[in-house]
Amino acid sequence: MTKDTNSTPHNEFEKAEHKEEMKHQVISFVMMIIFTIAAFAVVATDAIGKYFAIPIILLLAVVQVIFQLYYFMHMKNKGHETPALMIYGGLAVAFMTILTFTTIIWW
Amino acid sequence: MSNEDILNPKQMPHEPEKATLEGKNKFLGFWFFLGGETVLFASLFGTFLALKDSTAGGPGTEELFGLELVFVMTMLLLTSSLTSVYAMYHMKNNNFSKMMVWLGVTVALGFSFLGFELYEFYHYIHEYEFTFRSSALGSAFYTLVGFHGGHVLFGLLWIVTLMARNAKRGLNLYNAPKFYVASLYWHFIDVVWVFIFTVVYLMGKVG
Amino acid sequence: MSTAVAQKKGFGAFIWDYLTTVDHKKIAHLYLVAGGLFFLMGGLEAMIIRIQLMKPDNEFISAGLYNEMITMHGTTMIFLAAMPLLFALMNAVVPLQIGARDVAFPFLNSLGFWLFFFGGLILNFSWFMGGAPDAGWTAYAPLSTTSPGHGVDFYVMGLQISGAGTLIGGINFLVTIVNMRAPGMSYMRMPLFTWTVFVTSTLILFAFPALTVGLFLMMFDRMFGSVFFDVAAGGNVIIWEHLFWIFGHPEVYILILPVFGVFSEVFSTFSRKRLFGYSAMVFATVLIGFLGFMVWAHHMFTTGMGPVANSIFAVTTMAIAVPTGIKIFNWLFTMWGGTIQMTTAMLWSVAFIPTFTIGGMTGVMLAAAAADYQYHDTYFVVAHFHYVIVGGVVFGIFAALHYWWPKMFGKVLNEKLGKWTFWPFFIGFHLTFFIQHFLGLMGMPRRYWKFLEGQGLDTGNLISTIGAFFMALGVIIFLWNVIYTAFKEPKASADPFDGRTLEWSIPSPPPFYNFKQTPLVRGLDALWIEKSEGKKAMTPAEPLGDIHMPYGSILPFVMSLGLFIAGFGFIYQVDNPVWLSLVFIGMGITLGAMFVRSVKDDLGYHIHKEDLEKGDGQL
Repeated sequence: MTKDTNSTPHNEFEKAEHKEEMKHQVISFVMMIIFTIAAFAVVATDAIGKYFAIPIILLLAVVQVIFQLYYFMHMKNKGHETPALMIYGGLAVAFMTILTFTTIIWW
Repeated sequence: MSNEDILNPKQMPHEPEKATLEGKNKFLGFWFFLGGETVLFASLFGTFLALKDSTAGGPGTEELFGLELVFVMTMLLLTSSLTSVYAMYHMKNNNFSKMMVWLGVTVALGFSFLGFELYEFYHYIHEYEFTFRSSALGSAFYTLVGFHGGHVLFGLLWIVTLMARNAKRGLNLYNAPKFYVASLYWHFIDVVWVFIFTVVYLMGKVG
Repeated sequence: MSTAVAQKKGFGAFIWDYLTTVDHKKIAHLYLVAGGLFFLMGGLEAMIIRIQLMKPDNEFISAGLYNEMITMHGTTMIFLAAMPLLFALMNAVVPLQIGARDVAFPFLNSLGFWLFFFGGLILNFSWFMGGAPDAGWTAYAPLSTTSPGHGVDFYVMGLQISGAGTLIGGINFLVTIVNMRAPGMSYMRMPLFTWTVFVTSTLILFAFPALTVGLFLMMFDRMFGSVFFDVAAGGNVIIWEHLFWIFGHPEVYILILPVFGVFSEVFSTFSRKRLFGYSAMVFATVLIGFLGFMVWAHHMFTTGMGPVANSIFAVTTMAIAVPTGIKIFNWLFTMWGGTIQMTTAMLWSVAFIPTFTIGGMTGVMLAAAAADYQYHDTYFVVAHFHYVIVGGVVFGIFAALHYWWPKMFGKVLNEKLGKWTFWPFFIGFHLTFFIQHFLGLMGMPRRYWKFLEGQGLDTGNLISTIGAFFMALGVIIFLWNVIYTAFKEPKASADPFDGRTLEWSIPSPPPFYNFKQTPLVRGLDALWIEKSEGKKAMTPAEPLGDIHMPYGSILPFVMSLGLFIAGFGFIYQVDNPVWLSLVFIGMGITLGAMFVRSVKDDLGYHIHKEDLEKGDGQL
């Protein structure tokens, strides 16, 4: 097992880098919480009509998920090009699927 | 790289989860799997959306859902996502004990989320007689939310197994990819939940 | 084959070796044998169908059994024959073509095979356990949800388990191709077969989850009382149709794309020319994969989606003809001016072009939504998809087997018998299916158990049945060729066809570590480049060193066995909850094996440099 803390100058640099990243992640977490509260507030208070409320909460969800993917799951970092390709591929098929199930399903 | 170097690295590299070819493969393979999971959940969401008004005379979404409980569950799961980020932060700094603590918090939050979910299901079944079999809405609701809950449970068992297995030996290049991938899975569960609380509960409440 | 090795090692050790292997070359053998056996099953079912339709008002089999036959023929051929045979080729060739020592996930590779195998077993056990599924291979609800007995339950569990194996296999090949290419092999230097496998694996990744969900819904409806497809409780049967085809249409491209890759390799090798329009071929492959996800509803033109949806899907479907056309022309131009050798593999490939083009043209006819109301559910459709699937996939598999047999088993298949396989099959195929276009246009519906005298259908059906016997003859000659070659043919050299790609740079069959030294790739057709510069072998990209290899494991087999047991539990707990115990036992075995896999370190081992030097591949 390696020692828990081994501090070489190189390591210090990396640690500072990780800390910077962690800061971004905490900020995105705060934003996510705010978005969540906003979405619940929109629905709970009935402040705006249905046809306006639904697009708003969907938009809030999408933005949250972008935070989650790019910051929490590090998709913004290098070496995530192929993962991003496959996630977007999945999202494209997902989009088509959901579009289908809300339009041409004889409901 | 020899097996000894993998199990007892002299120095942890910058990204221990991607230091070996096995790690790189795991990392990539798991992201691809998540791409497939996206389609899996989209199919379930689609099914739910197609059946959301099929109450068969039973209770509908507006009548059933209470926002308070869902809000609490959302906060629990969102927070658990942050705590697993903290765990990975400490993994990258090669601080094993702190990583374990944060993973422990993640697991605790995850189990409390599951507890609330079970209570919620119990509540619907006993107060509203809204079951898996009572209407197409019921089938779609329990399947979608249940699939997510099943993912949560699997993720918890996975993380607990990893923690127990590696408690005594600390981080190395063999288990770092495993921890990393488990945390990716956990974030993905949170991504799905964001859409569940929006599409199922909030949109269900708006009607 | 390796019968000689088996005798040396003892039969038990031989079996154990294959049960635990994680070597992609042996897993290819497993896929080939299992897929081949299921192919024979599916072929037998086809023969029974054709015998029943040989003459009007025939009573060869009962109506119920006939429904089981058509269902099992379709399901078996697609899921248990075509898919695994392609996986056999992928496993045998892709790691060699990219200069890798194994796939990215050897353990998962084995798991993928065993899941497929046990899924296939479940499906076929239905014959002995009260009747096979009988709702057609598409299993449309509510026909499938109300089908009595357990037949459809076997369909659901079998496909669910084997589908999981396919998904795992797809992810495995994606990662292998992205991460494990030899130095110098950029994406645009990959052999076309590898490219098509890459695109196919992407399609698997995005298409199979839809089937998984569809099967879960069907399973819940049939076994646990949910009401997804029960209109009385608000259910909607169109959900199944969409989920099935969101999976099902990409599935046909999953089947055809790898054989497009095979033909590209064969044309180029036996014309002794570089593939014409390589980059256009890659582009066309990707485009077909992309469009493959936007056309599924053309199977549902008569479902009643409305004119707008029908028009959109008609247009996207016709658009696929463009990249496919690009491919056809590129193959023709590859041959043009080449030094063509009409080997058996080449024969299958040349025969494929007109055959597949006919299938493509009827495809465009079917894509015209308004006209499809006339063709739908007639033998015209049956003729169309057999032209593309048999004329494409089966011809391609035969071409590939004749081409890569020496790489898989160390011997070149006998050429004379190879041609004797081709001609009866080729002639029989066109006899069987060409006439079916006209039967369909005359109004003969598909899936019907009998037809009556005096409707002008007698001669056509008789011709069709005669053709089927010719096809069966071709297959039998092929089997004879396999046996004959194993005993009578001499050992093949590393490069019997003067090949162009990396798999021909190593012995036939390759040593278990494939490449002693990872080769350096200097362009497309890596081996050809070296040969054209007068070199005999690839330039190595690394000094001779230790080679890391994975350990074999029985766990994939155990995990799949657990799901197999649980599958029966799920099916029979409807009759008696006691059967739930099987579910718990089975799932316990599977999860237990997963747990063992998780806690037991498996780092693999190293073959030492010294052993490589002295052993020269004979370890």
